[in-house]
Amino acid sequence: METLKVRDAKDVEDAVRAAIAGEQPLEIVGHGSKRLIGQPMATNALLDLSALNAVTAYEPNELIITVQAGAPLADVLSLIDSKNQQFAFEPIDTSLLLGTPAGRGSIGGMIGAGFAGPRRIKAGGARDHLLGAHAVSGFGESFKAGGRVVKNVTGYDVCKLLAGSWGTLAVMTEVTLKVMPRPESERTLVLRGLDDVAANRAMTAALGSPFDVSGAAHLPGSALRTTQAPLGELGAPDQSLTLLRLEGITASAAHRAGSLRAALSSYGPADVIEDAESAAAWAAIRDVAPYAASGPRALWPVWRIVCPPASGGAFGQALARESQGEVFYDWAGGLIWAALPPSKDANARALRQRVDAIGGHAALIRASEELRRAVDVFHPQERGLAALGQRVKHSFDPRDILNRGRMARGPAS
Amino acid sequence: MTILMPEPDQAVLARRGEIVAALRKIVPGEGVIDSAAEMVPYESDGLMAYRQPPMVVVLPDTTAQVAKVLRYCHDNGIKVVPRGSGTSLSGGALPLADGVLLGLGKFKRIREIDFDNRAVVVEPGVTNLAISQAVDHAGFYYAPDPSSQIACSIGGNIAENSGGVHCLKYGMTTNNVLGCEIVLITGEIIRVGGKSAETSGYDLMGIITGSEGLLGVITEVTVRILQKPETARALMVGFADVEAAGKCVADVISAGIIPGGMEMMDKPAIHAAEAFVHANYPLDVEALLIIELDGPSVEVDELIQRVEAIARGCGSTTCQISTSEKERLLFWSGRKAAFPAVGRISPDYLCMDGTIPRAQLPLVLRRMKEMSAKYGLGVANVFHAGDGNLHPLILYDANKPGEMDAAEAFGADILRLCVEVGGVLTGEHGVGIEKRDLMPEMFSDIDLNQQQRLKCAFDANGLLNPGKVFPTLHNCAELGRMHVHGGKLAFPDIPRF
Repeated sequence: METLKVRDAKDVEDAVRAAIAGEQPLEIVGHGSKRLIGQPMATNALLDLSALNAVTAYEPNELIITVQAGAPLADVLSLIDSKNQQFAFEPIDTSLLLGTPAGRGSIGGMIGAGFAGPRRIKAGGARDHLLGAHAVSGFGESFKAGGRVVKNVTGYDVCKLLAGSWGTLAVMTEVTLKVMPRPESERTLVLRGLDDVAANRAMTAALGSPFDVSGAAHLPGSALRTTQAPLGELGAPDQSLTLLRLEGITASAAHRAGSLRAALSSYGPADVIEDAESAAAWAAIRDVAPYAASGPRALWPVWRIVCPPASGGAFGQALARESQGEVFYDWAGGLIWAALPPSKDANARALRQRVDAIGGHAALIRASEELRRAVDVFHPQERGLAALGQRVKHSFDPRDILNRGRMARGPAS
Repeated sequence: MTILMPEPDQAVLARRGEIVAALRKIVPGEGVIDSAAEMVPYESDGLMAYRQPPMVVVLPDTTAQVAKVLRYCHDNGIKVVPRGSGTSLSGGALPLADGVLLGLGKFKRIREIDFDNRAVVVEPGVTNLAISQAVDHAGFYYAPDPSSQIACSIGGNIAENSGGVHCLKYGMTTNNVLGCEIVLITGEIIRVGGKSAETSGYDLMGIITGSEGLLGVITEVTVRILQKPETARALMVGFADVEAAGKCVADVISAGIIPGGMEMMDKPAIHAAEAFVHANYPLDVEALLIIELDGPSVEVDELIQRVEAIARGCGSTTCQISTSEKERLLFWSGRKAAFPAVGRISPDYLCMDGTIPRAQLPLVLRRMKEMSAKYGLGVANVFHAGDGNLHPLILYDANKPGEMDAAEAFGADILRLCVEVGGVLTGEHGVGIEKRDLMPEMFSDIDLNQQQRLKCAFDANGLLNPGKVFPTLHNCAELGRMHVHGGKLAFPDIPRF
């Protein structure tokens, strides 16, 4: 396959125009760290954005950073960390889950995938932090979306569409993102031995409290058996962990941890872990450590299920029981990671029927290429919604040049 | 009146009687209004300088009726303007002479309160404040709080992506909605999202929010609710010059503090507000900041001290800290009444709404002073300082010949300045008709064409709210045409591997 290493937005325009003329669909890559996610594509050339890697402007006082799409996420994170700032949505690093080289991944890939970590319940997702973008559409035209300020309602909010579009609408060349102060300290309340449903109730109570919880996860014993430190060490193999995170200035985080522990006393005694220990546990949850590609569940397909949070516990418990699989919960039950024993369709049919019933959706994030060819990777939508989505896609990319077939299985792929 | 609307379609106007009769079949009784006298309340929205009677007003009360009305209008090539409470400050709900005004005022039910999922399902005509009131007993609230929250509808909030004083910390409408039911112009009913944190597929909720009634008609909304903070306290800090106040805002943010609200008023706004509500505002300062911290008392008390020290470091001349809820609300009373307060000192005013990078504030205020002299019109500034959202109020008298035109020209100059310093035309009021013709200041033809293509995906014939947001209307076939450049020679002149 041919690889085109673009040097600037003009190169991207030229490449897309040539692709249109030559009817050659393009696969868009930054670092290629998430190439294993999505429907296998019908493309025959790679558009490599890794040379577009400059930080255009970082203005800590304005709470914004403008970077080219191919910039390494790790470098950008350490840059903003040096000013005690962060991307509040906690972008996930998929390398542990997919078994790809650690620390890779570009800013464009972070936005294109739109995967947010535990703090999504408080701070929102990638879509809530993308303020502006320059991108090249499937018409081969550079366009601008949004701006460089947080508060902006000028024209349609096209940035929202770009986040999570898996490179199927436009090739982002530069983005402006909101950055937020990094909390001074964090405390995590650790409850032990709850079953999934009780844990879901405890997390619901925590989120319904005024204590400003910024992480709520539950790991059944099964998830602890398959993971090393820090989660494996935090719990006993046959005793589940329920974690609730409080962040802020030290006095406040400590005070709220105490208040929340008292409010949840009916769920049993709770320990509190702090700062580095707490951060390590949440990083492991964020990056789906229990189902690491280097661990015992390496060969199991992994689903990412998003659902109404209070339904999560009962749903996940039944799913694990019936499929003989394993699950763990983030977002207070609103995000379920499920590793299911290998089967012909990765349990897609049964799982999706069940997910539909609670108003959620499920994407098959880790699976062999063969399986991803056979199954709808992203949740099939109701007909009218799917048709509208397709019209939106074609309003950006009428010839289906960009990442053809990645989001939807069909005649195009 | 310098803003032109699309020419009315005479063929549609000629069929008015037939159209009214057809609509009556869909929405019986008093739901169709066609008498000139009864249509008067619908002639304008919050941008009251512009008025236009619609062809007919329709007030459906079920989604099925909305779908039928839209399908009828689609099939008959009739334009439709959706309207919630009519509080838009940018003319988003200004009727069209040949259009149906579709009012959602009868959609007033709160359908479901789901505390466990922290979600409320409401009809679009429910007011912003009514949502918070409905969940208040359990300690919850709906975070976005536009100043019109007593009157403005949640459907209108979605259309405009409304903000408010607390969006620095809690986000705008788009950050606080989970799903909706939307009826397309074809009459097709689509559900987007629900009670989950994310939707599947493309983020259509994200594009519908802030689309100013151009993409579809919302008939149900699911919003996210939050627990109220334990406590809130405010500081009221005066400065001898605007630069010092601007520096204080930047320093608070640099210190890693995100206040619940951080508002600035300039001298004319302070004086107008004080004369109106007697909030004990200092009158000898050039700029006043109201900074609110919320959270647990232990946090708020500590942050209040930190902010006070920062303010002192920036040369504050006065500083009061609220010691009771009553006092906190008193601090806010002047700010919240700033618009009507300015209304008392001037026969008319024009409220602008640009956003700028915070660091540009002193420059922008200085330039605004020069413009004020040039146009011979006063200006008072209230400012969501935390997120750089300016609300200059331009004072004029519509009865004096030429003053309204001058005020509009002054306003346009301010917005151009906002774009010039790296900001945007509108932070929370929307483009509507008011800023429509300024869109090319911020966007190229290519940018605007791409946005209009998106519109085509929802409304291929351009029947929903035409004349708003986009200065030039193109037809969808023309926008969708692909101009293929070059021949079959693939990928010229790019390094390859």
